[in-house]
Amino acid sequence: MSEKLYLYPIWLRVWHAINALVILILIATGISLQYIDINFEMMKFDSSVTFHNIAGYIMAINYTFFVIANFVTGNIRFYRIKPKGLVKKLLKQSNYYAFGMFKGEKTPYPITKDRKFNPLQKVTYVFFMFVIVPLLIISGLALLFPEFILPRVLGFSGIQLTAMLHASTGFLVSLFLIIHIYISTTGKPISANFKSILNGYHE
Amino acid sequence: MFSRSLLLTGLLLALCCTTKGATAGEKDKLPAKFEENKHCFQCHSQQFYTFDNPVSERKERKAMNPNFVYNPQEFYKGVHRNFACTDCHAPEYETFPHNAELRLEPKYACIDCHGGDPEYEKYHFEAVEEDFNKSVHATRHSEDFTCWMCHDPHSYRPMTHGNHTITEIVTYHNNTCKRCHNNSYNFQRISDSIKPALETIHSFLPNFELHFSNVRCIECHTSAQDTLWVHHNILPKKEARRNCIECHSSNTILLGSLYKYQNLETRKSRGFVNSVILNEAYLIGANRNEYVNLLSFIIFGLTLTGIAIHIVLRILKK
Repeated sequence: MSEKLYLYPIWLRVWHAINALVILILIATGISLQYIDINFEMMKFDSSVTFHNIAGYIMAINYTFFVIANFVTGNIRFYRIKPKGLVKKLLKQSNYYAFGMFKGEKTPYPITKDRKFNPLQKVTYVFFMFVIVPLLIISGLALLFPEFILPRVLGFSGIQLTAMLHASTGFLVSLFLIIHIYISTTGKPISANFKSILNGYHE
Repeated sequence: MFSRSLLLTGLLLALCCTTKGATAGEKDKLPAKFEENKHCFQCHSQQFYTFDNPVSERKERKAMNPNFVYNPQEFYKGVHRNFACTDCHAPEYETFPHNAELRLEPKYACIDCHGGDPEYEKYHFEAVEEDFNKSVHATRHSEDFTCWMCHDPHSYRPMTHGNHTITEIVTYHNNTCKRCHNNSYNFQRISDSIKPALETIHSFLPNFELHFSNVRCIECHTSAQDTLWVHHNILPKKEARRNCIECHSSNTILLGSLYKYQNLETRKSRGFVNSVILNEAYLIGANRNEYVNLLSFIIFGLTLTGIAIHIVLRILKK
């Protein structure tokens, strides 16, 4: 029996649960709004708008809480990337996911109390949580208050560029979600990581 | 009086040099009847006018009927900028006090001057009249409801036949409707009922302000047509569009009206590709790019395929 590590404090689990729920709502309503048609209405348009807007506000507030809590609790240390040897580490982890795990090799960067994420996870999470998600939230809020959007940017419609940024970052987050859920099944047993994010302990 | 006239002339000169919508040649010269009209505008552009009373032999100052006050700046921006007042009004108006009977003179309708004239064919006056005759404005009101109820000939500008942005067109056209439908005083010119606020009537719209500043009232309140830029068949309110996806979908009705006009105009000046890319409007559900859609489906498909292969390998190598 391996050592039990308390890696996911309650604030993080609550944030994660709320984030998961609103992101699912946002993806469903976002797809409904983007691909709605006179012959294909996944959800009533006005209901989609209302749910998307409410979920968007909740996500923005929840994200702000996530950033503040990370700094206050010191959890931000898990996201600190050391550039030295990073490429080598990323290749090593990718190699494990692509080949090593099928040969029964051990993960090159196992979870410890000081290393919650492997290098590939760390880079992905930092890119999404501190680049993509802020862009998604800012562009979403801008679309809620279009009076603040510049009418034209470099000859393009400001609102259209903002909408494109919002749809593109939203698409990336939906891809992230699928890969995130799949990678979570690589624990031993398959349900291990799902249990961890519910009870806070990594075994 | 002289100084006021001088000021007015200076103002008009400055205005005429910057008039939007006028052609390059017109910008350089004064409107054709500018001098003649100064005489009328001396009083009819003011809330108060002064005249010499020959009976009392005194200079008197009176309030002008607000219905007869016209803004010369707007007049010289308008489509009739080269007209003399007396081209449409009786020449007897040149004398003051005006003969009371002159008020009874019949007023011209658009079709009286523009109908049947090949020069004005592109403005579809006959079709507009036909469309208007079917509208609630014509069927629910007396013959007193003329073109002028909405389109003041003293300032009218054909916005969809000039180099205007969609925002400018939407604002101008919506102000035409709002002049009565968002103004109790004007509304009661033809109705005894009290008009609820526009925001209350349209409370079902998710973002009232955004809709009103970006979409024309007539997009939802007229029958859809693909032939006229400006629709005049105003429908009874129960028949107005309320189904969001008629606009918010890839086959949006807006492509048949204002946005078609805008795309055609943009295509003329920027070429086909740019007109598609640089479209100034953004409409949820309607602005889609087939290539971006395809790319996103490919990326999504590759991700799922990669995961599927990984799952199979995990099962096989277990």
